[in-house]
Amino acid sequence: MSIPLAQHTAPLLLIQRRMPWALIGLLALAFIGVPLWGNDYWLNAILIPFLVLSLAGLGLNLLTGYTGQTSVGAAGFMAVGAFATYGFLLRLPELGLPVALLGGGVISALVGLLFGLPSSRIKGFYLMVTTLAAQFFLEWLFVKFPWFYNYGSSGTISAPRLALFGHDLNTPLGRYLLTLVTVLLLTWTAINLVRTQVGRNWMAIRDMDTAAAVVGIPVVRYKRLAFAVSSFYLGIAGALWAFAYLGTASASSFDINRSFQILFIIIIGGMGSIAGNFVGAAFISLLPIFLSHAGQALFGGSVDAGQLQNLQKIIFGVLIIVFLIKEPEGLIRLLHNLRDRVRQWPLRF
Amino acid sequence: MTFFFETLLGGLLAGTMYSLVAIGFVLIYKASGVFNFAQGAMLLFAALTFVSLHDQGVPFALALLLTVIVMSVGALLIGRLVLRPLVNRSQITLFMATLGLSFIIEGLAQGLMGSQVRALDLGIDDVPLFVGPLMLSQFDLIAAAAAVVLVTVLALLFNKTRIGVSLRAVADDTTAALSIGINLNRIWQIVWAVAGIVGLVAGLLWGARQGVQFSLSLVVLKALPVLIIGGFTSIGGAIVGGLIVGAAENLAEVYIGPLIGGGITPWFAYVLALAFLYIRPAGLFGERAIERV
Amino acid sequence: MSQAILQVRDISLSFKGVKAINALSFEVLRGEICALIWPNGAGKSSLLNVLNGVYRFDAGEIVFEDQHFHRIDPLGAARRGIGRTFQNNALFKKMSVLDNILTGLSRHMRSSFIEQALGLPRARREAEAFRLRAQGILEFLELQAHRDVLVGNLSYGLQKRVELGRALIAGPSLLLLDEPMAGMNAEEKQEMARFVADVNRDLGTTVVLIEHDMGVVMGLSDHVVVLDYGRKVGDGTPAQVQANPEVIAAYLGVVH
Repeated sequence: MSIPLAQHTAPLLLIQRRMPWALIGLLALAFIGVPLWGNDYWLNAILIPFLVLSLAGLGLNLLTGYTGQTSVGAAGFMAVGAFATYGFLLRLPELGLPVALLGGGVISALVGLLFGLPSSRIKGFYLMVTTLAAQFFLEWLFVKFPWFYNYGSSGTISAPRLALFGHDLNTPLGRYLLTLVTVLLLTWTAINLVRTQVGRNWMAIRDMDTAAAVVGIPVVRYKRLAFAVSSFYLGIAGALWAFAYLGTASASSFDINRSFQILFIIIIGGMGSIAGNFVGAAFISLLPIFLSHAGQALFGGSVDAGQLQNLQKIIFGVLIIVFLIKEPEGLIRLLHNLRDRVRQWPLRF
Repeated sequence: MTFFFETLLGGLLAGTMYSLVAIGFVLIYKASGVFNFAQGAMLLFAALTFVSLHDQGVPFALALLLTVIVMSVGALLIGRLVLRPLVNRSQITLFMATLGLSFIIEGLAQGLMGSQVRALDLGIDDVPLFVGPLMLSQFDLIAAAAAVVLVTVLALLFNKTRIGVSLRAVADDTTAALSIGINLNRIWQIVWAVAGIVGLVAGLLWGARQGVQFSLSLVVLKALPVLIIGGFTSIGGAIVGGLIVGAAENLAEVYIGPLIGGGITPWFAYVLALAFLYIRPAGLFGERAIERV
Repeated sequence: MSQAILQVRDISLSFKGVKAINALSFEVLRGEICALIWPNGAGKSSLLNVLNGVYRFDAGEIVFEDQHFHRIDPLGAARRGIGRTFQNNALFKKMSVLDNILTGLSRHMRSSFIEQALGLPRARREAEAFRLRAQGILEFLELQAHRDVLVGNLSYGLQKRVELGRALIAGPSLLLLDEPMAGMNAEEKQEMARFVADVNRDLGTTVVLIEHDMGVVMGLSDHVVVLDYGRKVGDGTPAQVQANPEVIAAYLGVVH
């Protein structure tokens, strides 16, 4: 039963194909510029955490921004990924780093699936509470059972060896490239997912899940898929956070504050957007640095670090509220509007 | 057997503290449909304000009064700047706004009053009391008594005064309440102020129990299981929910804890709440929401 | 395949003691446009909700495509070929017109999420095929100009058309329309009536619709069923129903 297209009209599929210059430029900068000119400080303290946080934001965004299931347990799933990858690297080193990372992601996806099972019966606010349960439970799990951290006395994990095809990746540049490639690959798959039927189904569930069911979308299955895929991304982000950024991590690196931080990234960056995660992560990574420099400049170096932290908290809180009120679609929407206005500008009379 | 009852009672008494916190939430949720995540931060702020004033030598009663005033002014500001602009948005959006709010309040609290743990001396010693064969904490008993007094006062407020009746009208149907001329803003301000005071009492008791420190604001997270079990819209539910959570946590820690490694209090309440969600999604006393297509 | 695509047999539905639908029986023939008119009593949407599984009826059975059902769920109904629009526009407000219409094809999706995530050939071909079908629907319903507009930004009439498109793209054999012309002006109603007629004629879809506007209903439908307080009082062609004294009484009211 197909719709007969009018005979005199050839199917006109107008797809805009523009050369994505901006994207190419960014990629060139990332792959060529940074290794050439970047110094260790920039790599270690800014770029790597920025990339990992973007990935984490992306993971949470798939669940919360695209599928509409609010989760405050993001860090818990990051922890699963970190500890699982650690387990792979430690106990099955012959599998290699990429498999260990993927394995960490898969295990995290399974755990995410488990905690996502209640989504078939509960929604919205109450579902958020299950994610909270997940967060606290997982934090407890990785403290209480020494097997996870190989019975070390301090409860911490660090990567036994970060190597790919014989090259030692444990240099700032090596870790940066590892993170960059991983994040880019996963972002590409995320873009594919959200542009196809999977993404549409997720967004339909977000916008009105009863209608989605009527339209023929298997809502329960897709909600669970969202939990699994989101946790997959978060798991890999967690592993990268532990080994490419921190070097050494413990359960407390993935506490509730981290979960809130990721939530803020997607609120400020833009929920339901891929690019927004990068914008949000950049913001969250750069603001503390900007603040401390501003503090130094304004008060001549006598600013208490603790006070700066408090100020940062206040600013974040204010921004969250301002964004929720004024621009619920986050910074990315603001940037889009800005770009459109800049484009129009020469023609505005 | 005695040990079981002691654990149970100890849990129940601790539960009254949870109830206190949960009541603050219920008040705000009933009147404005917002789950106020900032309740914990408000607790912290209240406790810190009181402690700072008291430490400076301000007498007890005066410090209390000043704190109440500060909290009320704060409530006004919150209503004006945060709640009003977000009036028609989804629950989750409002929740996230209060999350942001909690950050602001925490930042302010610690910025203005420092982040070290402060001892709060309410003049109540935490000594063991013997009630029959059972050993209970004097502090817990007094806290429970305070909770009872507070609830009684609130009950009288809601049922006997005009403001209380207006509050219930607003909670029931905001549009209808508006159409008979109830000043929504006033009601919200009053509710937030009352919630602030409840928060103050809770904050003081919690602060005296474990010192006034940052983690106080995380006590709010414990209120969630209480509200799920008791229902978001019932004060009675908050009380019962708090008692259940307190008792269950204590019993679980003592009896189940050793089997799986101990320290299960951080998450046990949530699992309990999850179980409740499956059996009775609206909580013991809450209202069922009906979804319309 | 029998003549009747849908048979409603003695269906009853109560809400807390109020009988919304009372022992209702009627038949819808394949390929016809059947209008349900309901002058008095609440619960118009309830009947459609029962037909596509959103509500569970208390008694009776439904026979669809010669299969007997005592209960059906929305997903099952969609899979069997029952499409539906809603009174209040259950569209996905933050998605574009094209995306909304494409969601209607979900149950035809064959490629797995891995294939879609990695952009594998089968997923790409399927996405292309879906896009072509959506294109066809957009043309049929004259919505191409609004293809990328967010549905929440469209006028009410256009939104209703998008909803129709979403229900159509899956190729349903039975289409349930809940007040498809509500809130429209005369011109929009004509247009929508034309589209419904086109759907019925060009695609052979059986249509069951609930509607108030008598003029539209009488001109558009082949078969009319009149209900009064959940009970059937008229069943036949538009002309027969218009002449039915019980129907007239239901509309004008009778002194008891």
